[in-house]
Amino acid sequence: MKRDIILSGVGGQGILSIATVIGRAALDSGLNIKQAEVHGMSQRGGDVQSNLRISSDPIASDLIPRGAAHIVISLEPMEALRYLPWLAGEGWVIANTVPFVNIPNYPAMEAVEGELAKLPNIVAIDIDGIAKSPRVANMVLLGAAAPFLEIPAEKLEQGIRDIFGRKGDQIVEANIEAFRAGYEYAQKSLKK
Amino acid sequence: MNKRELLLGDEALALGALHAGLSGVYAYPGTPSTEITEFIQGNPLAAQRGVHCVWSSNEKTAMEEALGMSFAGKRALVCMKHVGMNVAADAFVNSAMTGANGGLVVVAADDPSMHSSQNEQDSRFYGKFSFIPVFEPCSQQEAYDMVRAAFDFSEKFRIPVLMRITTRMAHSRAVVETAAVRAENALSHPDADHTRQWVLMPGNSRRRYVTLLEEQEALVKAFTFNEYIDGADKSLGIIACGIGYNYLMENYPEGCPHPVLKISQYPLPLDEVRRLCDECEAVLVVEDGQPVVEEQLRGIMATPKPVRGRMSGELPRTGELNPDNVRAAVGLPARPELNPSEVVVPRPPALCEGCGHRDVYAVLNEVLKNEYKDAKVFSDIGCYTLGWLAPFHAIDSCVDMGASITMAKGASDAGQHPSVAVIGDSTFTHSGMTGLLDCVRENTNVTVIISDNLTTGMTGGQDSAGTGRLEAICMGIGVAPEHVRTVVPLPKNRDEMYATIKAEIDYPGVSVIIPRRECIQTLKRKKR
Repeated sequence: MKRDIILSGVGGQGILSIATVIGRAALDSGLNIKQAEVHGMSQRGGDVQSNLRISSDPIASDLIPRGAAHIVISLEPMEALRYLPWLAGEGWVIANTVPFVNIPNYPAMEAVEGELAKLPNIVAIDIDGIAKSPRVANMVLLGAAAPFLEIPAEKLEQGIRDIFGRKGDQIVEANIEAFRAGYEYAQKSLKK
Repeated sequence: MNKRELLLGDEALALGALHAGLSGVYAYPGTPSTEITEFIQGNPLAAQRGVHCVWSSNEKTAMEEALGMSFAGKRALVCMKHVGMNVAADAFVNSAMTGANGGLVVVAADDPSMHSSQNEQDSRFYGKFSFIPVFEPCSQQEAYDMVRAAFDFSEKFRIPVLMRITTRMAHSRAVVETAAVRAENALSHPDADHTRQWVLMPGNSRRRYVTLLEEQEALVKAFTFNEYIDGADKSLGIIACGIGYNYLMENYPEGCPHPVLKISQYPLPLDEVRRLCDECEAVLVVEDGQPVVEEQLRGIMATPKPVRGRMSGELPRTGELNPDNVRAAVGLPARPELNPSEVVVPRPPALCEGCGHRDVYAVLNEVLKNEYKDAKVFSDIGCYTLGWLAPFHAIDSCVDMGASITMAKGASDAGQHPSVAVIGDSTFTHSGMTGLLDCVRENTNVTVIISDNLTTGMTGGQDSAGTGRLEAICMGIGVAPEHVRTVVPLPKNRDEMYATIKAEIDYPGVSVIIPRRECIQTLKRKKR
């Protein structure tokens, strides 16, 4: 089993939490993991990304080669496009369609949507329409990506419980609910 | 009329700098460099011209102050002993990135045999490490001549020059013939092509690093002090560096029968080195200090074979390794990949909405635009560095920790007004205090803004050493209490901030303004 996953979004959106949950689930499944991320300036509204590699075999590089990522999971539509050169031909893009416009020259939404529509394997999800609060948007996205991760959904949910447990039951349940909503959405859109 | 004077190597260097149009020497005492600054302090021409020559708090503040003077277009000299380079290193290494505007010459006086030092260090490594050319005079006359050439070289190639001397020349006297005295530079700022490299944010630095490396070859081609002296006896070829040349020639009063490559400037002139190695059966390297040149020549292989890597272009010369560039280097075909989307644009980081630094920059920009011409703002390392980006475009420099205050000082010494420093609370206690002390000792006309968000912000909100003590520290250092002003950076306080900033810029001495409001990120985390 091998999954090379690029996570992307804007600083502050909660990308790294998604990586943490997947990583936790992978660890509990006895898989090898490498996860590379960039800290510091990215916290301040710049683009962020994480290279997450999971495998049943030992992993060499922390960075995913170009043309090799099985999945690009992105909390922001333009940030999904930024990593196209890393996506494998048959790779999947799971992307939020809600733009985060914090720069003056953000491209026209039609242009962004147009580029995403060209991709053969994409789950485009309007997270604002599904998430009950912005705080759990990242878990909706994780749910939507779950069918493509080769990790059972139960393991991912357990990961959520482990990671968010210390914040109390209410928060854990809100995140689980968001995860399931995203998961359902992806199942539905795959059936189309 | 050229005069002849009996001078120490240090003194020859100092006089050469003055005659070359020096505007400031910044230094900290250290054997065998001390006499350079002392000579300037006692020289009538320096006094007449008002050449800055007060000792700095340490070698780092000295380097930064000189960098500030260079930013302002005037010629500056920095002096230290070899271990002083360790203290100055952060500023020194980064000065290759900013480059120079007015000529900038850094003198490292090494002390092989540790006549009065705790170790031996070869400062040529610092030149190599930072891609800064090194000039190594072998005699007092060369020291006098080469410092003028160093300033000219620095101004032509817009890069600092490291002059490396050793004890036995620094502290030895010889007759020096002096040349014509020339004027200092006028105040000037880096032109539009060269402003970005003074603000060392990753986007700017990556571009500058590439040009810095590309320029290296041109630097070597412009060297005029290396000399290939052919000899009939090719059983041996000799590379003699700096003062090593004197010791060699001492043993050949009739002239050396072997080919000699006299090295006075680095990086090494590779063609001449190769010629010597090709034509001779063996090569002797005579250098004072560590075997810098020798190691470069020596290698490990018994039989030399082609070596591939970053120097030969198989791997990129700059930037990190990744699986893809290593794949290309081993000769594997590239994986198929999708083309990048043309729709994607860069998304640089920005100051958080509601951050206190925003309010500081908004008002500072207003004051400087409405009330003054040609104000310059020297900033530092922290979240507030983001003030360089849109929408503020508020700062003109960011070099290394603490350099805001010291560069503002050096620029002010050069005549720049207003000369404003913007520094964070944590950066201030890290390395701003010594620079502030330098300002206080000379009552420099600077306005220091310590934008206090009660945290070390960019790195994630760690506690800040001076929290609750900043006013006391500033007054303890000697800033007049009535010129230590505290404000709360909020839009409703705009008028008060405007008036305070203007009043303190107009005050012709050291002012510290402390806008204080907790970082919104740390505040948010506390409330959760």
